[in-house]
Amino acid sequence: MSAPILTVRDLRVAFETRAGSLPAIDGVSFEIGRGEILGVVGESGAGKSVTGSAVIGLLDPPGRIVGGEIHLGTERIDTLPPERMRRVRGRRIGMIFQDPLTSLDPLYRVGEQIVETIRTHTDLSARAARNRAVDLLAEVGIPAPERRIDGYPHEFSGGMRQRVVIALALAAEPELIIADEPTTALDVSVQAQVITLLKRLCRDHGTAVMLVTHDMGVIAEAADRVAVMYSGRIAEIGPIESVVRNPRHPYAIGLMGAIPTLTQGAGRLAQIPGSMPRLTAIPPGCAFHPRCPKVFGRCRVERPEPIPVGTEPGGIGTDPARIGTSAVACHLYDADAAGGAAPHAEPLQVR
Amino acid sequence: MLAFLLRRAVQSVLVLAVVGLIAFSMFRFAGDPVNQIVGPDTPVSERAEIRRSLGLDDPTLVQFGRYAGNVLRGNFGISYQFRQPVAALLAERMPATLELALCATVFALTVGILMGVYCALRRDTALAKLFQAVSLIGVSLPTFLIGILLIFLFSVTLGWLPSYGRGDTVRLGWWSTGFLTLSGLKALILPSVTLGLFQMTLIMRLVRAEMLEVLRTDYIRFARARGLTTHAVHFGHALKNTLVPVITIAGLQLGSVIAFSIITETVFQWPGMGLLFVQAVQNVDIPIMAAYLLLVAAIFVTINLAVDLLYSVVDPRLRLATGRAA
Repeated sequence: MSAPILTVRDLRVAFETRAGSLPAIDGVSFEIGRGEILGVVGESGAGKSVTGSAVIGLLDPPGRIVGGEIHLGTERIDTLPPERMRRVRGRRIGMIFQDPLTSLDPLYRVGEQIVETIRTHTDLSARAARNRAVDLLAEVGIPAPERRIDGYPHEFSGGMRQRVVIALALAAEPELIIADEPTTALDVSVQAQVITLLKRLCRDHGTAVMLVTHDMGVIAEAADRVAVMYSGRIAEIGPIESVVRNPRHPYAIGLMGAIPTLTQGAGRLAQIPGSMPRLTAIPPGCAFHPRCPKVFGRCRVERPEPIPVGTEPGGIGTDPARIGTSAVACHLYDADAAGGAAPHAEPLQVR
Repeated sequence: MLAFLLRRAVQSVLVLAVVGLIAFSMFRFAGDPVNQIVGPDTPVSERAEIRRSLGLDDPTLVQFGRYAGNVLRGNFGISYQFRQPVAALLAERMPATLELALCATVFALTVGILMGVYCALRRDTALAKLFQAVSLIGVSLPTFLIGILLIFLFSVTLGWLPSYGRGDTVRLGWWSTGFLTLSGLKALILPSVTLGLFQMTLIMRLVRAEMLEVLRTDYIRFARARGLTTHAVHFGHALKNTLVPVITIAGLQLGSVIAFSIITETVFQWPGMGLLFVQAVQNVDIPIMAAYLLLVAAIFVTINLAVDLLYSVVDPRLRLATGRAA
């Protein structure tokens, strides 16, 4: 496995409020390799988007990074001064936001916005940048790009605008793209097109993608690996097949169980009882324990750390955040503790 | 777009017609015009003769039509107090008012926008908070008091600027301008600040609020995520979007600057239309009052029309929307 493009180590983000410092992200570690798509899933408020914003250095106050490290390639970026970080944004990390209808400045032609981005990061002349903008629009599948480039955002449909946004994110050939719910605001029929496009583009360009979404269908369609987040921590991370088909963490099991299937019959959809704790009231021990069907004494007092699991080569015993490994933050899988007395030694079954 | 313009033009004409009707009715409201022309001893037969020769026996609608026709030809009647055509009186004083209004507007817009942008971008600095506090004073103090305070400070105490009048003016054709002489320019400063202060604080608060709003939008976040320079984000994207609603308010304010220059002109004895109007009110000089009313209405309507046009120049979405409506 080549060196990862993005390395996040024990990232911690807090919101400083009058009520004190609220931990939005509490010790998140992962890596994304070249051309790899890491899906990040979880309920609203799990910290998915905050993680993305932290990586690109656009945390909204009062949020700020209070611990950990973020490396892009070999360079540490979480400590860069603002002006240096600005040059990283757009140039080395592209971003795609949720709502394409509001991501583009309504007062400028789309071509002007693409050219502006290109010329901010490269030395291209206005003419060369415009040619590149036409190429980009063609690449993201906008018909008649040499004509559409002079259109205003409101003249594009939602799906087409998201394509423009993707073209903007790709404008300076970044190494990493953070896609924050890129399909949530789109029609279902358009979602698949956009995801297919995103997949093709990062395969062609070797761009790494951090795909933040709560849509398991999108993850299953696009991601190579997936990280399941809960209450500011990664509950389980691993290759897509293993997490979707054979989830280990009780929360991941519940999440996968909640996906309707064609063969399941028309009963009630499975759901996880309760809701995610608010930042002001994260329970001690494992944050999931009040909702967990497999809860036992240790869960209430001791916070589980990621434990390497799975059979991938080099998986067990190495760093749990490494590419190719699976890790799960759950006491059920802690074989060493209490002499292997955990109640469920074998992987839990998906129902 | 053309249909949109035509519709707005028709609406404008309607508004002006209604204002014309109100202006016309003022003549009747202030009593029998014949009484104001003749003496108390004039016999009834003579009064009737005057009444007939002036067309006052005709139906009201016919009289209004005649008045409207005269107005359209630029004939607003004869001033009771000056015994001169009202149109000439207004034309003589219009340059003073327009120059004052222009300076006040330029002052209000530039200073207001600059302060508003500063307050939005450097929200927590001491200077921004000072601006906020000053703007509160500007909004709450009445214009005449501001004028008197400024006169007290800069004319009486410091002696830097004249306290009344236009200074020396230069005639360019029928237009007399104060822009070309030093004393004319100096005389413009205090009245302009007085007249523009309220609009300035209004624009400042509006720009600040709008810009803070715009800075929270997705496209500004996205512009940052694209790695644009802070300068490009703030002034290329945020400010331009901020100005869309500001244009409307500023346009309407320009109208009120002209209309409400009455007070400022009175305080500074500025020889403009406002002062003329105040004198007309004191002397029940109805032709001047009616003409002034019509003029102000025409100015407002024109500015509204201009703002609508300017809107579609700035915001491409409206260009399409109006095109569709057409």
